[in-house]
Order: sequence, then C-alpha cells, then structure tokens
Amino acid sequence: MNAPFKHDVTSLDLLAVGTKARVLSIDWTALEESEACRLRNFGFDEGVTVEPLHLGPFGRDPIAIRVGRMTVAIRRRHAGAISVTLLNQ
Amino acid sequence: MNPLPLVAVAGSPNAGKSALFNALTGARQKVGNYPGVTVERHSGRLMLADGRPIELVDLPGAYSLEPASPDEAVTRDVLLGKQKGERQPDALVIVVDASNLDNHLRFCLQLLELGLPTIVALNMVDLASRDGLELDAKSLERQLGVPVVETVAVRRRGIPDLQQAIDDMLSAPFCGVPERVKSDLIHLQRRAREIATAAVISETPVRRWTHRLDAVLLHPVLGPVILAAIMFVMFQAVFAWSQTPVSWIEDGVGWLSGQASAALPPGLLRSMVVDGAIAGVGAVITFLPQILILFFFILLLEGTGYMVRAAFLMDRLMHGVGLSGRAFIPLLSSFACAVPGIMATRTIDDPKDRLTTILVAPLMTCSARLPVYTLIIAAFIPNTRLAWGIGLQGVVMFGLYVTGIFGALLAAFVLRRGVLKGSGGGFMMELPKYQWPLLKDVAIGILTRAQIFLKRAGTIILGTTIILWALASVPHAAPGQKQSDVSIAGKIGRGIETIVKPIGFNQDISMALLPAMAAREVAVSAIATVYSIDSADDQAGASRLEDKLQRRWSLATALAFLAWFVFAPQCISTIAVTRRETNGWKWPLFMVSYLFVLAYVAAGATYWTAVALGL
Repeated sequence: MNAPFKHDVTSLDLLAVGTKARVLSIDWTALEESEACRLRNFGFDEGVTVEPLHLGPFGRDPIAIRVGRMTVAIRRRHAGAISVTLLNQ
Repeated sequence: MNPLPLVAVAGSPNAGKSALFNALTGARQKVGNYPGVTVERHSGRLMLADGRPIELVDLPGAYSLEPASPDEAVTRDVLLGKQKGERQPDALVIVVDASNLDNHLRFCLQLLELGLPTIVALNMVDLASRDGLELDAKSLERQLGVPVVETVAVRRRGIPDLQQAIDDMLSAPFCGVPERVKSDLIHLQRRAREIATAAVISETPVRRWTHRLDAVLLHPVLGPVILAAIMFVMFQAVFAWSQTPVSWIEDGVGWLSGQASAALPPGLLRSMVVDGAIAGVGAVITFLPQILILFFFILLLEGTGYMVRAAFLMDRLMHGVGLSGRAFIPLLSSFACAVPGIMATRTIDDPKDRLTTILVAPLMTCSARLPVYTLIIAAFIPNTRLAWGIGLQGVVMFGLYVTGIFGALLAAFVLRRGVLKGSGGGFMMELPKYQWPLLKDVAIGILTRAQIFLKRAGTIILGTTIILWALASVPHAAPGQKQSDVSIAGKIGRGIETIVKPIGFNQDISMALLPAMAAREVAVSAIATVYSIDSADDQAGASRLEDKLQRRWSLATALAFLAWFVFAPQCISTIAVTRRETNGWKWPLFMVSYLFVLAYVAAGATYWTAVALGL
C-alpha cells in the first residue's frame, strides 16, 4: 500500500501511515445514520486534514486517524467511504 | 417547596467532565438511573457562598445534540427538557478540552443556542501547554459571550474560580437570551474552528506524549504483548490481593453467624437468620474484594485512556463474531466474575453490541466455578503426567476454560445472526490523550460500584436466599426423617432429577443445583451437606468428599457435571445484574433459557459419549 499513487486522489483506508491528506468528499450513503453522525461529530468534513497514525494488529483494522486535534479509531470499511487528496509535504 | 436550582455539567466525551463534577461535588453524589434506559444519572449538591444549595447533574458525554448512542440521547433530552423524570436545567457548565477546542466548541456552540445561563470550563489547560499550546481565555470569552474559567479538574485547579462563577451566574438576575437561530452542525463546526484558531496565542510543535506512547502501545507486535502482560498482572492481582480481605469477610460472616446463633433461640427464626440470610448473603459478599479490585483496574485503564487502546487492538478479532473491541475488557473481567463484567458493558455505545456482550458474559469461566472444577477434577481425573510439566488435570481444567470461550464466541456469532441481527454501530472511538487519573476519582468510582453491588446483595440476593432457605426447611422433618426428603426443596430436587436424569445426574446433584443458584461454588457445600447428612449411616463417614464422590458418581456423571457447569445458567447475582442492566426481565429470562439449553445439551452429549466409550 506504499505504492506511489498515479493520481493524488485515493480513499482514506488506502492512505499510508504518516501521510497527510485532505478530505475531498464523504460518501454518506455508504454509512448508516448513526455511523455518519459519529463521523460528523468527530469532525470529518470536506476540507479537513487527516492522517492515519496506527493500524490495528490484526488485518490492519481498525485505523487510528488524526483529524483536527483529535485521534479517532474507525474501521477500514468506514475509512473506505472517505475520499482524500494527498497534501504536498 | 421550590426545587433546588438545577445546574447541568455537559460536554463532549474525554473533556474531563466527570473529574470536574467530582471536584465540584466531592464524594457527596448520588448515582441512579434515568427511567426506562440504562444510563446512569450522577447528581450531587453544591453550596453557594450564601449557603443556598444547588443540585448539580453530570450529563453523559456527547459530541452534539444529534445522538449516536443512548447516552447521547439522554443528554439531548435533558437539555431540551424532554427527559422523563428530569427537569430542564436552570443553567449549564460546559466542559471543553483546551487542547481539542476545534471539536469541543462545536457542541459548546450548539448548547449556547439553548439560551440558558452558561459558564464554559476550559479544562485540561495543563495538557494543552504540555502539547505546546497556549490559549487566550479572554478572547474565547469575547467570542462565546459567556464567562470562561480555566480549570485542571484532575488536579483540582481552578475549581474555586469555577464555583465563584457559578455563584455569580445564579445570583445575577437572568433576563434570558433571545433564542438564536438553530444552526446546522457543519456551520457550527466551521465556526468552532474559527474561534479555536483565534484563541490560540502560540503553538510550538512538540512531539506529543500521547503520540510517543501510542507508537509503543499500539505497535502491531508490542501492543498485543503489552496488553497481554497488563491483563496478566490484573488477574494476578484480582486473585492474589483478594485473599486477605476475603478471609476477613469470611471471618466476619462466621463471627456474625456465631453471634446470631448465640443470641437467638434455636428454631425457625435462628435457622432463617443464620442458615438463610447470613450464609446466603455471606457467600455472595465474599466476592466483593475481587469485584472491587477488578473495578480498580478497569477504572484505572479507563481513566488513563488505555482502555480504548485495548479495544483498538482487539477490535478485529472481536469483530469476527459480531462483537466490537469494546466488548474485550467486559468479557475478560467476566473471568473473575460476570457481575462486574456485565456492569462494565456500559462503555459499549451500540445497544445490540452491548446486549450480545451481556448475554455471552456468563460463559466466561468465572472464579466461582473454580471450586466446583477443582473438586470434581481432583476426585475423578487421574493426576497423570502427559508431558514434561503438563498434567492431565491441568489439561482438563484448561479445556473447560477454552470450552467456555468458544461457547461464548459461538453464542455471540449465533445471536448476532439471530435475535440480535443488524449491523452494530461498528467501531468508532476517540483515542483520548493519556493522563494519570486522580486516585480520588478512581476511589469514587469504586465506591459507587461497591454501593450498587451491596445494595443488590441486600435486596434481591437476600430475598432469594431466604426463599431458598424456606424451601429447604419447610416442612420440618419429624425425627427419623431426612430433612432433604421432606422439604419442598427436596421435592423440587426430585422434580429436577426427572429432568436431569437423562443427562446422567443423580439425586445428590439435583439437590445441589438449587442452592447453587445463590452462588455457583455453593454447589460444593451443598453436595457436602447432602453427604454429611447421609454419612450417619455410612461407615466411612469421615472420609474426604473426593472419596465419597468417587464411590457414588460414575466418571461419566462427573464429566457431565463439569460440562454442565461450563454453561450453567445458575447465579442469582448474574441474573439480577442482567435484569438491572437490560431494564427488564425479557433478556435475563432469555439468557437463563439459552444457557440452560446449552448446559443440558453439553452435559447430555458428554454423558452419553462417555457411557458409549465405557467410562
């Protein structure tokens, strides 16, 4: 998953640990109402900077992600609903 | 009489709200339940400078007024004045984490729109400056339009200022802020970010403590190893530290029953007090030290922020059977006792995840089953050595634990596809910053648990043990008759025998199953009692219980008995705590029935397989 991206657009679950990216869009329809609500409450929103920090030891799931000043853990499946664009570092 | 002014403490999870509440009210707090839901209501009293008391209520942490869990729904309903059994608060104290203003100000802004008199506690300013973040409380105050007080609740800093501010707020005549336009969350969030950015005086990027610790504690290899080590220490402590206090309690119970025996004339009343109430409640109270030590660790893990990390590490594995990582600690705790395990499921947001965890928790081999296992294994399993350092008895014991674990995983898997179908809330959690909790806060938590446990022991458990005693003592046996033949319990025992005979249980076991409801290990003393009564006409009356068992039980029966106890739905305390935590009789009854079926099938299968093998 460290392969270089052809385009700078990918989904959050494919982002390498330590890579900063900006949220482009969130596919709210792929999430249940309570899950979508939780994500919004964590501050996930278009334009927000995110960075995967840690991966779960089994199946690299869940993913700990820095969003704003918070670190939150979400499952890989939910991260897949969030498309991001890499930030130049 | 006018009710006391009600001030609600509200804030997002991990803002240090409970520590602030504890700092304001001290140990003088009441814990109850909101009617109809299993959400705890913490309230306490606070004295204003002029001596007027006010009531302070600690609302469950919420990220916004759009609830994603039952706790958050209670918070919203209380704040909007829609919660049954609760008045709308007269004023608010909003707690925000100074180092996470971007997020916490969103809920704060939403709460300000309610138009209630409000104070904002800018909490954990010490952690923010540890992270190199300096904030301007005055700027925040101007932006929010309400007083802002800097606090460090866990160090009790800023608490007098906060008290003063509450005092001023309630003393000043409140004219009411005109209801503002309700904004949607996205706008609130953007505004929150603006205010948060404006309040920053300086920010020096430092490598954050939490990040450094997480690099080790959440490491793919080191993380699980450290988790295992912590759990190992926890269980060592639960069993080793509890021995002394348990013996004190046993001595105390013995002393009390001695005193009661001496004070009361022989007869029905003495028997009820000594054999019924004191013996029954005494047997359950002996678990109090283990439960409290377990809670000490749970509260410590929770308070430091490690609990969420443990859930993070275990989530993938738990997810496989339809549970969440949050279920890991409650289930692990159930190895000591299902009661604290089930009480610890309150940290699971999703109702279905939580219910599944509660229902499978009794399958974890609790410590009360150990005396039963030890006795039967010692009596029937030869102590042969299978390999270096590995004995057959140990293997059987291990097998019983593993069977319980697999039973629980299987049950969770089936439940999540059957009665508790539907995807859960998944696993979405904030990983809070690490911090060392104030021991006083941990102590308050332990005290609360002890109260809940003792209250239950004092009511439900006392009631049931007296009923069990009555069944065993009435009618009174005439001379020459055996009490166990005459009593109602004896008749019930014979009734049970017709049900359990097909799975190889004899009358002695049937008799023991009923008192074992009070606490599982009572099965041992019950069997001992049956045999000591009968041993009058037994030449070898003085021989050990193990020898007696060997003479009376076949190996197949013994194995079936062990299999029964892996699943045995027998523990009044567990049923009582399940009733309390699920708010009704439906789920405890379901739990008892499914465990009974499992126990019956497992014992039957074991018995008939053993018989077929000629054991």
